[in-house]
Order: sequence, then structure tokens, then C-alpha cells
Amino acid sequence: MLYLSDELAVRIRTHAAESYPHECCGAVLGSDSGSWREVLDLFPLVNRRDDSPRNRFVITPEDFRAAEQTARKGGLEVIGWYHSHPDHPARPSEYDREHAWPWYSYVIASVMQHLPKDMKSWRLKDDRTEFDEEEMEITPFGTINGGRVNAGEGDHPDRASALRGQARKR
Amino acid sequence: MKVIIPTALRPYAGKQESVSFDARTVGEALSRLTTQYAELRKHLYTDDGKIRSFVNVYVNDDDIRYLQKENTQIKDGDTISIVPSIAGG
Repeated sequence: MLYLSDELAVRIRTHAAESYPHECCGAVLGSDSGSWREVLDLFPLVNRRDDSPRNRFVITPEDFRAAEQTARKGGLEVIGWYHSHPDHPARPSEYDREHAWPWYSYVIASVMQHLPKDMKSWRLKDDRTEFDEEEMEITPFGTINGGRVNAGEGDHPDRASALRGQARKR
Repeated sequence: MKVIIPTALRPYAGKQESVSFDARTVGEALSRLTTQYAELRKHLYTDDGKIRSFVNVYVNDDDIRYLQKENTQIKDGDTISIVPSIAGG
């Protein structure tokens, strides 16, 4: 399960719409408990595929390192990457699969004729044969404890309930 | 020498951040790595045994593509880093 605040979801969609008809890309920063992930920040990047930006993106090793350094400074880690699919659905292409890394959450935002549409998250299977869709919950409020996860919450049996409870207290 | 494992591949390398080996070349180090942790191989190499295009290997701060690739010599104290490029479409 990937938890994403409404604000950060809007930021991805906005980046995707502003980049249309080109693909946008960026790093997804957050925490990984082992059983769920929480997105706590984004690190927008430049699509370096100058030759084919409408249907390809690339994040260079230098940009990769910059994203990791930014995450570490904030006490976070790079848990995934986002990119957009202009005029295509929010599901991975074969090219996405061929170039994917395991473990990361791949968030794909569909943009149709400038308008943001679906957004879904995917994880590559261990055997690299295909992606599994990762359940994603976009919460209409911030993240628990204002964006930091308490030690020991990693095995919380019902993360969504915990988040909703936190929201009611606000 | 030491091989730094990227976060995405640590689940396939005993969750370790780095692994140390005695090796004379980058190719030998990666071969030892993927022999010890066989599950890493499919993520680092294509089916015909070439390093995948989105896998970047550095000796200290130098990309091996601009050295002698997998034949790049290494010495004690060197650090090999596997740094991903992220690509898709």
C-alpha cells in the first residue's frame, strides 16, 4: 500500500499537465515500513530524453544521486519514481517494464489533452516479467504526525484507520 | 574493495548496503557478487550476459564506460558503486 496526500498527488498531476505533451518525471521520497509506504515529499526532475520526450523519459545517474542526497537530508529515502503518460493510460508500457528496477514504486500519471486523469502506482515483479499494481490511497489530509512516521508504526494493522483517526483529531 | 548495493537491489543481497570482495577487475567483482547473490543477476545483466543499459557502474567517481568497462582494474580500497538510471516511456 502506498499512501499519498492529496497535496502531493496534485503536485504530480500539475507537473504532468504542465509538461504535456512531454513526459514529466521525478523522485518519490518517503518512508518504507516493509508493509506499507508513505510519500512525504517529491523531487521533480528534468526529463533528459531530448530526442523523444513525448513518449520516453530518463533520469540520469547524476539526477538519481541528487534525489538520494535530498532524501537523506530530509531523513527520508527514495521509495519510487513518478512519470507521466501523455494521451495514454496510467499503466506501464513494455518499455517501462524493460527498464524498471525492482522494489521502487512507479507512479504513473495519465494526461489526456492537457488534463490530468488517472494516477496509479506499480511495482515490478521479482522475475521482471510484469508489474503488479500497487494499492494507492490518496488521503484528503496530511500525513500522520505532520509528515513523520513514529518508530514502531511499521506493522500497524490498519494504516488507513490510523490516518483517518489522526485527521479527525485535527 | 567494496561494492555499494543500491537500495532497490538490497533485498536480493541479504539487505546489505555493501559487500566486500577480493577482485582484480570490475567484471570479476560483479561476477563474485552475482555468484554469491544469484537473484541479483537478472536485474544487472541481460539474458545474453551484458550489463543492462540502465545499470551504471562507477569505480570511485569514474564511470567504467569511460575506463576499460568490465576490464577496469581495481585495487584495494577502491569502491564500486552500482548507480541506477531510471528510464521509461
